[in-house]
Amino acid sequence: MASPGESGGREQWPLWEVFIRSARGLSHVHAGSLHAPDAVMAVRNARDVYTRRNEGVSVWVVPAAAITASDPDARGAFFESPQGKDYRHATYYSEADAVRHL
Amino acid sequence: MSQKITMGAALTPEKIAEQLADGGAVAPASVAEYALRLGDDALILSQRLGWWIARAPEIEEDIALGNIALDLIGHARSFLTYAGSAWGKSEDDLAYFRDEPDWRCAQIFELANGDFAHTIVRQFAVSFFQFELYSRLVDSSDPVLAAIAAKAVKEVDYHRDHSAQWMLRLGQGTEESRRRVQVALTDVWPYVDELFRDDGLIDDVLIDDLDGVAVRPTTLREPFDELVGRVLGQADLEVPTGAVARGGGRDGVHTGGFGVLLAEMQVLARQYPGATW
Repeated sequence: MASPGESGGREQWPLWEVFIRSARGLSHVHAGSLHAPDAVMAVRNARDVYTRRNEGVSVWVVPAAAITASDPDARGAFFESPQGKDYRHATYYSEADAVRHL
Repeated sequence: MSQKITMGAALTPEKIAEQLADGGAVAPASVAEYALRLGDDALILSQRLGWWIARAPEIEEDIALGNIALDLIGHARSFLTYAGSAWGKSEDDLAYFRDEPDWRCAQIFELANGDFAHTIVRQFAVSFFQFELYSRLVDSSDPVLAAIAAKAVKEVDYHRDHSAQWMLRLGQGTEESRRRVQVALTDVWPYVDELFRDDGLIDDVLIDDLDGVAVRPTTLREPFDELVGRVLGQADLEVPTGAVARGGGRDGVHTGGFGVLLAEMQVLARQYPGATW
């Protein structure tokens, strides 16, 4: 397990992950990352770096160090199980003609 | 995921020029003089801020200062387009083909960038000034000035926040950041006074003509002092008192580095008139 973007202490400012919501009702989507001295400045930097073209109505920032990520080297074992289990997709059902708006 | 990105509804100098042309209207002479001053303030500061791009302490701050510079260019373009309508000049005529004595910016806008602390202190002072100014200019009886102010005030509100956040951090950061920001305050603050002078803004006849159109700078000093004082108090910085620069920017008297700034800003347009890309 490792935090994304770790740079071995060479950066003076910590790394933050930025999430932008493009419109009301949609989810916040990961937009990228940036450096900032603290959370308050991170929100402002995110506004400056990631919403210059009218992309968002809401910004979240999260310290990159607070994110626990899956191990990319263990991708095979970690994501193997769903392979071949197509029945988990609801594609085997036929739609009843009488049921509308499905 | 695709997302639709729009330009956003915005007042543009092109729209101002178009609307003036459609109505056969031009800015009245005294209003043009006033708009020229506000436009010069914004343009000269944006030229100064542009220097920081690729030189700020972090790339995020490059972009922050660059965004502020672009906001200011937007305000300047609108003001200069409007001012120029009175004299049959375009925004580019005014930006690129005036010599030093013809510029009407207050001197604080042209002050050298210095270190990061000097740039932030300068921005802190002018953003709080411009916010108070534009907040009142939205009620101007001149509809074009009011419209430009309505767009600018929202952007300047963010400039205020950006610089105030940095004042807090520099003031309460390290011993070195605190020392530098206090030096910057001592260097920059003498130029604040000029922003709030009624006399010299435009000559007295004109400022009387502009009753209800322009904002009298003296009326902005009290709210400025209160808000700026609050931030400086939180940052535990001393409000500089005493020294006051002579000023004269509104009459075309500028500081030492101004000629170099103009030369850099104007050289391309003057060497290759009409150049486009």
